[in-house]
Amino acid sequence: MTNDKTPNDKIATGRPIISCRDLSKIYTMGDQEVRALDGVDLDISEGEFVAIMGPSGSGKSSLMNLIGALDRPTSGEMWINGRALSDMSRDDLADLRNETLGFVFQQFNLLARQDALQNVRLPLRYARKDAGDDEARAKACLEMVGLGDRMDHRPMQLSGGQQQRVAIARALANRPRILLADEPTGALDTKTTDEIMHLMQDLNRQGITVVVITHESEVAAYASRQIHFRDGRIESDSAHPDLKHASGA
Amino acid sequence: MKFGVATSSAAEALFSNPLRSLLTMLGIIIGVASVMVMMSIGEGAKAQIDKQISSVGTNVLSLRPGNLNRGGRNLGGSSGRPFTEADVTALGEQPFVQAVTGTLSQSANAVAEEANWVTNIQGGDASYFEVNNWRAAEGREFTAQEVQGGATVALLGPTAAKNLFPDGRAIGQRIRVNGVPIEVIGILESKGQSGGMGGDRDDTIVAPLGMVRNRITGGNRWVSRHVSAIQILVRDGYDVLDAQEETTTLMRERRKIAPGEQDNFAVVNFADMIKQRAAATETMSMLLAFTAAVSLIVGGVGVMNIMLVSVTERTREIGLRMAIGARGGDILLQFLFEAIALCTLGGLIGMAMGWVGVFVYAQVANSPMMVSPIIIATALGAAASVGLIFGFFPARRAAQLDPIQALRHD
Repeated sequence: MTNDKTPNDKIATGRPIISCRDLSKIYTMGDQEVRALDGVDLDISEGEFVAIMGPSGSGKSSLMNLIGALDRPTSGEMWINGRALSDMSRDDLADLRNETLGFVFQQFNLLARQDALQNVRLPLRYARKDAGDDEARAKACLEMVGLGDRMDHRPMQLSGGQQQRVAIARALANRPRILLADEPTGALDTKTTDEIMHLMQDLNRQGITVVVITHESEVAAYASRQIHFRDGRIESDSAHPDLKHASGA
Repeated sequence: MKFGVATSSAAEALFSNPLRSLLTMLGIIIGVASVMVMMSIGEGAKAQIDKQISSVGTNVLSLRPGNLNRGGRNLGGSSGRPFTEADVTALGEQPFVQAVTGTLSQSANAVAEEANWVTNIQGGDASYFEVNNWRAAEGREFTAQEVQGGATVALLGPTAAKNLFPDGRAIGQRIRVNGVPIEVIGILESKGQSGGMGGDRDDTIVAPLGMVRNRITGGNRWVSRHVSAIQILVRDGYDVLDAQEETTTLMRERRKIAPGEQDNFAVVNFADMIKQRAAATETMSMLLAFTAAVSLIVGGVGVMNIMLVSVTERTREIGLRMAIGARGGDILLQFLFEAIALCTLGGLIGMAMGWVGVFVYAQVANSPMMVSPIIIATALGAAASVGLIFGFFPARRAAQLDPIQALRHD
């Protein structure tokens, strides 16, 4: 590595939309230092479907928080969509999360007192740029995830799978370049898991870069590339040869 | 910045737990209600005082004999030695006196042809009307010659006139006051109610001083040509307080009071008297203002407390909002808006209650009901300011949350 501060195209499937160089995250608990991430170099190209795996404490969640612009690294540098995060302000990071990233959480994190449509509209309301017709766009997103007929349902009136679909629609509302999903199927049964992962594959085919954190290999099998973490380092990083969706589900 | 997010989530938070919202608002409600009552009492009192001052005149001095103490017993108002017409004449020669009149008064049983009416009769000089700024609305005032000659003529106050002559034709008619036949020559202007100043000032009869003394009240056993009170109109350009002092000096001389001895009479400056009463009202206003301030502060602390609880309860929601792109400023605005909405709603309820309070006060104190737009704006402004001030700290706390820790919160 001649210049460790510049992202290079390690995987030549497109320009890297996420780049990490020598990324470290160190937590201090009392007088003990925990190296959650220890000098990670990683490039994810636009249009990839990446699964990040590893046992708990391996650093995969820490990486997700950094990629999601929710946290700052202890050392190292990262670029998202070509922009270095280290010189961005708190507000800049918020705008980046709003415009470029879409989040899907294990616990869905929907606002309980608002219906599906209102939940999906939420990121549009924080958008700095006027995106035109918020409502039409939110409706289109809900239709894309197959919930066009349940827009006025509140989260409590929806099943777990449906709630996660609303959450995905919300993540899509601002037309993000990257979809980040932290254990998106952790609270769902197998059948629903398949549905959600198929949805993610569809979105990936439409050009959205998808990064999924999971500890289930069944889920990881949907991704085109799997990265295993252990003790804050990348243990293995391989493009998956036979895609599960190719065999049909 | 889109205000929609802040307003809708504020309304939602407010109505999702109505009992809590109401209890939180209680301090604000009481505070705003007191602000309203306080301000309207203040304004009403001020208006009333202004009216009294303009009806009496700010440059009128009134002399009354002091209270007489006999064997340690206070014999009550104006029981001391009365003044005399010579006193009135002497005062009239002073440079600061524009006009002066002696007065006598007596309760009177007036009988007209068709009606009778219990009222009072006041004797005065021809300058009575000028000094009191009280003119004949109909007919004429009596002249100095009539006073001198003891003419049996009188002017009626509007209330007395209305009761004695319901058909309205009083002038030229004859009435009997305590048995003395008197001709009505005029009707006075209406002075209206003047609270605390002896009720309805319009319910009276005014007649020449000498005639009233000789025919109605009777003379004083010890003092000849007595008058029970003297009123002075101070000449323009003279200070009323200076005039008050000079009058006191002159009267001490005339009543032969040795230096060091107490006055046995009082020189009252009407404007001063009214201002003193105004000060009493002001004290009450201050007390209410204090109550209002205290309850607004207590209410504000309550709002701050509940907002801190709300921020803690909704930490996860805050984390989510941040994750999907809310800036710190958006979160700040959301919670600030919620606090202001809470306080403003409390303010509106408080205003409704204050209105009732003002209405009740107006009935009880018989004062005009004063609720001006300024009062409403002040009351609502106070409530919103409390929301802004006490909502800021919790809102800033929410805005400064770390998105990851907020998301992990449960």
